Amino acid sequence: MDRAEVDARIRAIVEPFNKKGTEIDEDTTFAGDLEFDSLTVMDFVAAIEDEFDIIISMNQQAEIETWGNLVDAVTETQN
Amino acid sequence: MSEGIDEPDRPEARAGEGRDLFSKFDDLIAMREGLLSTGQEDPFNLVMEKVLSPTRAICNGRDTILLGTYNYMGMTFDEDVIAAGKQALEDYGSGTTGSRVLNGTYSGHKACEEALKEFYGMGHAMVFSTGYQANLGIISTIAGKGDYIVLDIDSHASIWDGCAMGNAEVVPFKHNDIEAMDKRLGRIPEGAGKLVVLEGVYSMLGDIAPLKEMIAVAKKHGAMVLVDEAHSMGFIGEHGRGVAEDQGCLDDVDFVIGTFSKSVGTVGGFCVSNHPKFEIMRLVCRPYVFTASLPPSVVATAATSIRKLMHGSNKRAHLWENSKRLHQGLTGLGFELGTKEPQSAIVAVIMPDLERGAAMWEALLKEGLYVNLARPPATPANMTLLRCSLCAEHSAEEVETILGMFERAGKAVGIV
Repeated sequence: MDRAEVDARIRAIVEPFNKKGTEIDEDTTFAGDLEFDSLTVMDFVAAIEDEFDIIISMNQQAEIETWGNLVDAVTETQN
Repeated sequence: MSEGIDEPDRPEARAGEGRDLFSKFDDLIAMREGLLSTGQEDPFNLVMEKVLSPTRAICNGRDTILLGTYNYMGMTFDEDVIAAGKQALEDYGSGTTGSRVLNGTYSGHKACEEALKEFYGMGHAMVFSTGYQANLGIISTIAGKGDYIVLDIDSHASIWDGCAMGNAEVVPFKHNDIEAMDKRLGRIPEGAGKLVVLEGVYSMLGDIAPLKEMIAVAKKHGAMVLVDEAHSMGFIGEHGRGVAEDQGCLDDVDFVIGTFSKSVGTVGGFCVSNHPKFEIMRLVCRPYVFTASLPPSVVATAATSIRKLMHGSNKRAHLWENSKRLHQGLTGLGFELGTKEPQSAIVAVIMPDLERGAAMWEALLKEGLYVNLARPPATPANMTLLRCSLCAEHSAEEVETILGMFERAGKAVGIV
């Protein structure tokens, strides 16, 4: 699966969590721009894990700050 | 509790006047000042000037019924427990001044471990200086780099801290969600070590875990299972061994973690296990090795209390009656509770927000009732809770008095 397809699939997942409809680009941050709290992060990560049948441990999550980081990390698991 | 994942472990780098390492606490300081500036009595600075019994104390100058301690079985003033502590203080002195693996193991520590082995019917027991250290030590030692820990998102801070200290891959799942746990276990790479961490009773809402089903799933995936039974020991299960005993799956638990600071009525923590290599933990578990052992009087009171708890079935029955009556009474008054049915000795009353929660807490204190005010980030889903924890020494009449206090305070604050 290429990066663009991963990006598109995660975009569909994030929609219900993006309550303010914030525009998302590569540098959008989850904690800052999207204002995700820890419970939202858990639900969002769980949805991605189920979509791609992967694990994103909390250790990996700590390295993911931006949308671009996330798409990169998930793309890597698909190749 | 899920405070472990909310800690600001990466404070922003800030430059400028008046800023230092404490600047990261400014929001919390402002929130506290805002709350206290209204004249609100500080819920996190209560002093008990005199303790009259397991259920009564003089708090901030008032005679108060205690409904917010973890003294579930009322052992703190038990005559035999007190006598054992006094004797040990006389015979062995006030403290050990040493680690369990050097000069800090007295016959009392071994006797306490023997009492635990008998209490749980297990082959090995290891006593730590606190319950926090028991979780911190066992989890961080058995699950290291490359291993996976799968745990409930509402786990206690000591569990989260144990995960962080051990460098294992940490994978949380939604509270009590068996399917979510199953899926995550199924995705762990082949060959990696797996530890599932669960609690019998979750202390914020007082709800229990479906341990039988969850442990069966963990075993299907070849994971080891650790269950924290801190809030169930002495009370839940035929012999007071906890939720796993009650659900008939204690034999499938690899490690039970517990504490002396709740039903046992003193301080300390432990792990019991049947693992054949368990004793090596004493040499490799840093929170066990690099701290002083419990004072002789503490292990003597703990051992005496644990042996008495084995025969506490009448007290257990009365505590259940208290929990059921309080739950039913509060529901009847119109309060929203953390569980639909009483599942433990904890009854959590859900408050609409922190301000009204704090006001209700103060109104109850003025009525002469102490409960725990719990607020985010310690609570699930950012709830503000008034946590009531019952004691086997609360009389039936006292529970009725408590309900009257809740009714008056709830009306005064406008919650019911």
